[in-house]
Amino acid sequence: MITDLVLAIFCIVFVPVLGGFISGIDRIITARFQSRVGPPLLQPFYDVIKLFGKEKVVVNVWQAFCAYCYIAAASISIVMFFFKSDLLLILFVQAVGAIFLVVGALSSTSPFSQVGAHRELLQILSYEPLLVLVVVGMYLEVDSFKIWKIYEWNEPLILKLPFLFIVLGYALTIKLRKSPFDLSTSHHAHQELVKGVLTDYSGPFLGLIEIAHWYETVLVLGLCSLFWATNWIGGFILVAITYILEIIIDNVSARMTWRWMLGYVWAMGITLSVVNMVWLSLV
Amino acid sequence: MIGIKKFISKMRTKSPWLLHFDCGSCNGCDIEVLACLTPVYDVERFGIINVGNPMHADILLVTGTVNHRNKVVLINLFNQMPDPKIVVAIGACGLSGGIFRDAYNVVGGVDKVIPVDVYVPGCPAKPEAIIDGVVAGLSKL
Ligand code: SF4
Repeated sequence: MITDLVLAIFCIVFVPVLGGFISGIDRIITARFQSRVGPPLLQPFYDVIKLFGKEKVVVNVWQAFCAYCYIAAASISIVMFFFKSDLLLILFVQAVGAIFLVVGALSSTSPFSQVGAHRELLQILSYEPLLVLVVVGMYLEVDSFKIWKIYEWNEPLILKLPFLFIVLGYALTIKLRKSPFDLSTSHHAHQELVKGVLTDYSGPFLGLIEIAHWYETVLVLGLCSLFWATNWIGGFILVAITYILEIIIDNVSARMTWRWMLGYVWAMGITLSVVNMVWLSLV
Repeated sequence: MIGIKKFISKMRTKSPWLLHFDCGSCNGCDIEVLACLTPVYDVERFGIINVGNPMHADILLVTGTVNHRNKVVLINLFNQMPDPKIVVAIGACGLSGGIFRDAYNVVGGVDKVIPVDVYVPGCPAKPEAIIDGVVAGLSKL
């Protein structure tokens, strides 16, 4: 009981720190790709602490409520992940949080925030089915939705589910807000929609959303690591390679439209999943 | 409590987010502002980001003269920025109206409508001078 509580508190405190470092490394590598020096490693933390010191300005109370719900759902899903619980449940809790972010943006009348919210909904619509397909693929292999079952499996899942790992890559790119799927908001200057879905969140609430985003980053990278769950080093290398590929893709591609995203991601995602599942049932 | 306040104000100087507003500039000063973001000057080294959203900004950079049309927009943008905030006026036009000061539609410098913390002179102001002005403003945050 006590150890469970300690583990829960540990992941609530430690995971954002990890997420912040990942985002700091991301910004430095991105800057190097653009032949710039880039910000210091701790820059994401400076930004968030500064945001907490800003004046509280909310468009209406629902926006603040939604920001709290978003971070609550994100932190609950990561705690469940660390407790090796049910993958489907984790996905649905995470999806609830993502929806609250959209509802908060929709509660303001700003056209930028409205269009950003619609695009965010379309992004959720694109990646959630893929995540469910990935989890179903894992179920077909290990016969359970529980994460601890996957950790007990004696060979890396990526050997049996290589195409599903690519499918997860699509979901990861959308979730990390990387080009070509950074439609609703992006880490870089976002010209056509100001800051999209985040336009009307400001000050401490933007800080909360940033921290929630770190939780989600760690969650999706954690899902990646499940594909090599037999030992820590393999999982770490897999996640590191995947993340560096994400940064490269982010830097070499342009932002696309939502129609292209929905068509392409569903077509590729569903095809690759079906191919992988058929292959799984044949061997 | 005082320790936390000091800590947060230190973080403010490490992550100033800019909002750049072209009030009625000839675009000379705007290009110099954007030059600060290029790899040559790379202001992201200091955590400076051009956010383009008054709700997220800490520093308002204004280039060009204020006229009767856009002064409303300028005041609106200034009011939308959450405190603490500073305003940096850039270029001869932003300071006093510059060569346009006698035009019938021109109100004058930025400080005619909103309080200005730092004045960066030049026509156009050099990128180095703009960075200098932002750094001088940080001490007021
Ligand atoms: S100061 Fe000079 S360069 Fe700048 S906006 Fe005025 S006229 Fe143009």
